[in-house]
Amino acid sequence: MRGATHAKWAALATAVALAATACGGGDDSGGGGGADGIVSSSWGDPQNPLEPANTNEVQGGKVLSMIFRGLKQYDPKTGEAKDMLAEKIETTDSTNFTITVKDGWTFSNGEKVTAQSFVDAWNYGANLKNNQKNAFFFGQIEGYDQVHPEKGEPTAETLSGLKVTSPQTFTVKLTQKFSTWPDTLGYAAFAPLPQSFFDDHAGWLAKPVGNGPYTIDSYAKGSQMELKRWDDYPGDDKAKNGGITLKVYTDNNTAYTDLIAGNLDLVDDVPAAQLKNVSADLGDRYINTPAGIIQTLSFPFYDPAWNKPGQEKLRQGLSMAIDREQITETIFQKTRTPAVDWTSPVLGEEGGYKDVCGDFCKYDAAQAKKLVAEGGGIPGGTMKISYNADTGSHKEWVDAVCNSINRALGNNTACVGNPIGTFADYRNQVTTQKMTGPFRAGWQMDYPLIQNFLQPLYYTNASSNDGKYSSEQFDKLVDQANAETDISKAVGIFQQAEEVLRDDMGAIPLWYQNGSAGYSTRVGNVALNPFSVPVYDAITVN
Amino acid sequence: MGRYVIRRLLQMIPVFFGATLLIFLMVNVMGDPIAGLCGDRACDPATAAQLRKEFGLDKPVWQQYLTYMGNVFTGDFGTAFNGQPVTELMASAFPVTIRLTIVAILFEIVIGISLGVLTGLKRGRPVDTGVLLLTLVVLSIPTFVTGLLVQLLLGVKWGWINPAVSPEAPFDELIVPGLVLASVSLAYVTRLTRTSIAENKRADYVRTAVAKGLPRRRVIGRHLLRNSLIPVVTFIGADIGALMGGAIVTERIFNIHGVGYQLYQGIVRQNTQTVVGFVTILVLIFLLANLLVDLLYAVLDPRIRYA
Repeated sequence: MRGATHAKWAALATAVALAATACGGGDDSGGGGGADGIVSSSWGDPQNPLEPANTNEVQGGKVLSMIFRGLKQYDPKTGEAKDMLAEKIETTDSTNFTITVKDGWTFSNGEKVTAQSFVDAWNYGANLKNNQKNAFFFGQIEGYDQVHPEKGEPTAETLSGLKVTSPQTFTVKLTQKFSTWPDTLGYAAFAPLPQSFFDDHAGWLAKPVGNGPYTIDSYAKGSQMELKRWDDYPGDDKAKNGGITLKVYTDNNTAYTDLIAGNLDLVDDVPAAQLKNVSADLGDRYINTPAGIIQTLSFPFYDPAWNKPGQEKLRQGLSMAIDREQITETIFQKTRTPAVDWTSPVLGEEGGYKDVCGDFCKYDAAQAKKLVAEGGGIPGGTMKISYNADTGSHKEWVDAVCNSINRALGNNTACVGNPIGTFADYRNQVTTQKMTGPFRAGWQMDYPLIQNFLQPLYYTNASSNDGKYSSEQFDKLVDQANAETDISKAVGIFQQAEEVLRDDMGAIPLWYQNGSAGYSTRVGNVALNPFSVPVYDAITVN
Repeated sequence: MGRYVIRRLLQMIPVFFGATLLIFLMVNVMGDPIAGLCGDRACDPATAAQLRKEFGLDKPVWQQYLTYMGNVFTGDFGTAFNGQPVTELMASAFPVTIRLTIVAILFEIVIGISLGVLTGLKRGRPVDTGVLLLTLVVLSIPTFVTGLLVQLLLGVKWGWINPAVSPEAPFDELIVPGLVLASVSLAYVTRLTRTSIAENKRADYVRTAVAKGLPRRRVIGRHLLRNSLIPVVTFIGADIGALMGGAIVTERIFNIHGVGYQLYQGIVRQNTQTVVGFVTILVLIFLLANLLVDLLYAVLDPRIRYA
């Protein structure tokens, strides 16, 4: 009887479903408490394979910050670059450096960290054949154009500017003076690599081995990584918890919900939609601290319509037409701070953070209208602010900026938003110079140096100078600052360069971004470093 | 019947090529994926060129397509940007989504058809009106609203379920997401079954069956339901593909690392290999599900014969 067989099938299917239900295990987060407690934290799927010189986004960076220690380490509070594996870094001319690596450090597989570990890692990172996305960090070292030519095949395997002189020392020769170069060495791209990286590359990628306070226990790509404290870690920043479990979430809203429901200990990116509830939900377990991230509006200087003499007044006028206070308060719930210069507050006054922008960054509708008119008005009468619509909720603030400009200028068609579907498409149009109006730009610092906020972005033809801003005077001052051996003097010259940028209004500074995080009652001592990455090793479990 | 199946399988070939070509072109017109790979900072030109070469993006689109299809037939679906082979992504994503789809389909069949039969038999009664209203409500609320609401109530407020599904995604954790995913289709199934049952209830063969004195259960189960199920089976069959591909919203809300999530990642990162690979498999599943539906017709209704 066919009818009966159908019924049997349905019953069978139901039974299978029920059986599967019964044996599906529930998952309880975390082992015990105290010093061996495990902290669970939200994570996003890293975009690139996890290699120090190939990781350029924050998710992969989190892991590197746990499993690697470099020559320098940035202080989680002040951002100051302090010696970590570096015994000393000496120079007399800001071009030739002698680096001594501390004795007694090993990788977690027992291998010794020597000068060679650094030189090999840097040579690997710089070599064009290895497709490392952060290769240009080695660009200042002599011989870079041979291992990483702009066109064609590399003519050398190793950087000629790197020489191992004894087991624990090596010398570096730069192509030009760069006095603050040692302070860049805390960046993850400069981390040392063990021999196993080169011997069994695929194996290493499946389970990276480093020299930091944590080791990777298991790594299920795309879903979860379990890191355990490395008990033999020789540094003095030993982990105060038993380990960190990084869980990939499809959406940061879900991670937040999981935190509220008590299934997760730490969320390091509170979604914009939840900012209104976060105080009620978490109270003082919500962290909102400045990070080294600045948002700006860049201009297409390659477009003749936007590169006429006298147009600096137009750009300055537009800057004054943006009500930063109001937008950061209503749209960002104070997770952004109105910008007063082109750097970031995390640098501190000593590092070069200073109110350079002055009145040009303050809302003044009358003055704005006047300056825009003096600057020849908006090219074509209407300008479009381009942004990518897929991530980062940029639409809201771009619309608010446009409203503010329209209101100040008394012209409802002066400014409109121009959404572009995906980030990739947006970046594609930006890097191929297809922009016809201002576009959003975000900059997250690589290391807390004023140089990092100015040179890569506004130096002529620099790597991230997407608007193709160019000023002889600015370039000259940056070169001069890099050559200056006295750090505080160098900072002063960088600030002069910043004044040039202000007078040209090479880009409109909008606001500094804060890092935001929330955590459960199970953990304590949670803080974000200036890169808005949690200081994992300091977290305690109650 | 055999010839019919073979003919259908052959017909799948042009559909398969057409669909993959379309997807391939669609992903390609979105521009250069390497541009998004380096974040807010541009890749240096040499590295970008090198990456383009490695992923074969420096060749003309038609050549890329041919190479790609050639590789597909040897089981090589290429590499995602994070260095993982796409087949590895599939191996982790498809089982999860298949489980989710099974849960959803079971809900559709069990709840949808039961409610449909119930309301179809009791047309115009309060229970019919009630269910009708209920399906209207379900149909009018978007899935993401239902999903978020259910997650908030069951997951956070009452604590009955975990708001997020664990990476292993066992069946029990997928029950609620499955119900959310099935909700809209479930309402359709209910309404389709109801109409079909109500229509056939007055058909001659049902009257004959009743007149013969067959027990009520047999009249409904064997005669009425079997004929009424044809449109429902068509719908559910087509829905298998739709559910698998359309799980993006549900999977995002409940943290399910399935096909929808991988597709979303692939699109956001403009990863041609991932998107085309997953869609290729989805197209195959869709085609097979449709074939299965057509074959089921013959089982359900002997009048439908294939020469």
